[in-house]
Amino acid sequence: MEILLIVILVLMIGGAIFSLEARDLLSAVIAYGIVGFGLVICFLLLQAPDLALVQIVVETITLIIMIAVILNSTREDVKTRGGIRSVFFVIFAFIFAGLFLYFFNRVTGTLSDFGEHVMRMSEAYVLPGAEKTGSANLVTGVIFDFRGYDTLGEATILFTAVIGVLTVLRVKGRK
Amino acid sequence: MIIYLLCIFLFLVGLYGVVAKRNLIKIVIGLAIMEYSVNLFLILIGYVKGGAAPIRSGEMADKAFTNFVDPLPQAMVLTAIVIGLATTALLLAIAIRIYKKYGTFDIREIKNLKG
Repeated sequence: MEILLIVILVLMIGGAIFSLEARDLLSAVIAYGIVGFGLVICFLLLQAPDLALVQIVVETITLIIMIAVILNSTREDVKTRGGIRSVFFVIFAFIFAGLFLYFFNRVTGTLSDFGEHVMRMSEAYVLPGAEKTGSANLVTGVIFDFRGYDTLGEATILFTAVIGVLTVLRVKGRK
Repeated sequence: MIIYLLCIFLFLVGLYGVVAKRNLIKIVIGLAIMEYSVNLFLILIGYVKGGAAPIRSGEMADKAFTNFVDPLPQAMVLTAIVIGLATTALLLAIAIRIYKKYGTFDIREIKNLKG
């Protein structure tokens, strides 16, 4: 199963790089779909069916919005200048990525290995969760019962974002 | 450990898109890729080898059965995914508005941000 995850992650990285480098914006958006739908398969392999359901809906909606934006504007990427400066940029990018990975490795050395997770926090949710909330699905129990205020905050953020989109996309602007 | 590193590499690819690209749509794509990689990282940390999905049904309805994957990061990431959709939609709305005003997605040509 670990091998399968690695293969899907490599596929996602390839899709991400192609999506950022594509000349045509429509193919960039479709390659971005590889990342999102690969994430769905990762969630299924990692025993998170709720997340897979939510992710597949969110990814489809995001793709529809992006394609609508591109069809209403242009499909061509902007022109980029080459030259000696871009070589420097690439060198600095590799140095930065190496430093980032090195320090990430140092910092997460205390983290337990993949699959060896120790549940300290979650025992309070896993053991009495089903009786306390009456929900067979522990994730739903956590979201809507133990951490209901979090979900209220999430609903507030969603409402604010929808108001924002409606404000920005208003047909008539005030002068 | 190699899975964690690949996940962080995906994050770095998204960061490259945000920092180096000049197209607004590609910046939005880079942000979304970063967000996905962070979600995946949290779920990877909460995985228990051989654990079942945290749903008490069938033979797992027994109180003594506790070999689940961690439900806590799953709940948090569920919230984060939905918020990510909202922010991406807001960014795309701003991008299409900018395109209508300036006729381009190039951030080098969007300079006079007045009014």
